[in-house]
Amino acid sequence: MSLAVRIIPCLDVDAGRVVKGVRFVDIRDAGDPVEVARRYYEQGADEITFLDITASSDERATMAHVVEAVAAQVFIPLTVGGGVRSIDDIRRLLNAGADKVGINTAAVSRPEFVGEAAARFGNQCIVVAIDAKRVSAAGEAPRWDVFTHGGRRATGIDALEWAERMAGYGAGELLVTSMDRDGTREGFDLELMQAMNAAVNVPLIASGGVGTLEHLAAGVLEGGADAVLAASIFHFGQHTVGEAKAYLAARGIEVRD
Amino acid sequence: MSDLAIIDYAMGNLRSVANALRHVAPAGDRVIVTSDPEAVLAADRVVFPGQGAARDCMHELRTHGLEDAVREAARTKPFLGVCMGMQVLLDQSEENGGIPCLGIYPGAVRYFGATPHDPHTGARLKVPHMGWNGVEQTRAHPLWDGIDSGARFYFVHSYYVAPEADALVAGVTDYAVRYCSALARDNVFAIQCHPEKSAAAGLRLLANFMRWDGQA
Repeated sequence: MSLAVRIIPCLDVDAGRVVKGVRFVDIRDAGDPVEVARRYYEQGADEITFLDITASSDERATMAHVVEAVAAQVFIPLTVGGGVRSIDDIRRLLNAGADKVGINTAAVSRPEFVGEAAARFGNQCIVVAIDAKRVSAAGEAPRWDVFTHGGRRATGIDALEWAERMAGYGAGELLVTSMDRDGTREGFDLELMQAMNAAVNVPLIASGGVGTLEHLAAGVLEGGADAVLAASIFHFGQHTVGEAKAYLAARGIEVRD
Repeated sequence: MSDLAIIDYAMGNLRSVANALRHVAPAGDRVIVTSDPEAVLAADRVVFPGQGAARDCMHELRTHGLEDAVREAARTKPFLGVCMGMQVLLDQSEENGGIPCLGIYPGAVRYFGATPHDPHTGARLKVPHMGWNGVEQTRAHPLWDGIDSGARFYFVHSYYVAPEADALVAGVTDYAVRYCSALARDNVFAIQCHPEKSAAAGLRLLANFMRWDGQA
């Protein structure tokens, strides 16, 4: 037996509701986060990720309450990202019941923050979220840059160099989202995942673009992802987590029963 | 009715451990999270969790005046070490350039290495070892009751324990090496993975612990 590939449903949470947009716009309501998380837990999800997509500080407190309610009844790892900017933000989320926090914009603003967070709380709970977008022209060798603020702001930082740097600062894993694919249902950016895999030796979560179960398998078999994250294929009843696992198992991928 | 103390020495998130134990606790049992050595000594059973680095872990244990209480609990009452709370039971850890630990059991805590490989397939393995892996039970134990040998639990760690005595080993896991992922002796059981985050198998192990009389 070896380590199983993780299937991670992702809940984008806005003002206490699960929502899902296409390329960060065109938001649809997908339910109460506690109910949705519980449903995925019962379906056999290996982990659950919450992305707090709201900006206001009032709603940060809402997110902490959501995590508290979920953590009291869902006994798998919970990751919370979105708006994590300080050691206090991390402490608050961990105290609410999160096991890991995702850091994105704050890492770009001040990369040492990732090192400080890992030193304070341990690498195991620091996930650096990298929103990567292709910046190479057609026919060129592929290059990706890091974007922040939900994909709206370019940083000019090369995504692969950034991944190495973040792993060096103690990120326990990287959540790699393709901005080109997110919400499109066209599949992961497999070249991005391969390039990331060659760049670092920490676990990688592939994110952005899942529209079919085959996309999940390709993320693992071709992209080399250690975990696959998806939202809309689960939220709107297209597939259960159990179906996804059965499909991956049939493709020869180790999953947890 | 009994009291279970989760030892809080500021190393990681104890909320999850407390949530899971309360979820499985028999009616009337109390689960407390405490940094008070007296409360640890007064409890009927003790959970010793931990996350982060070995150096910080040992430092915080001493800062909180908890080292003696941990030793005493490990000597006298049902005691469950989890993750770093397993590792520091050994003599020393390779982490942070070499850290002396509690030395309750002879043996060392070793690093997987920066780029370990699977000895069978040659595939490169990621560090930390993160995710759901199997725990093969190497002997019967009350804490394994109702859990299949090979059941998957959630792991996240970069170091693993290598006890000198094979007799301590209660479970093994394959990741780069075949290592001791659960150890047991007398009233102590310790496990590398996170039962509080391991769904049904983990909850069962915690429920077994809540009912365990400490006899192996």
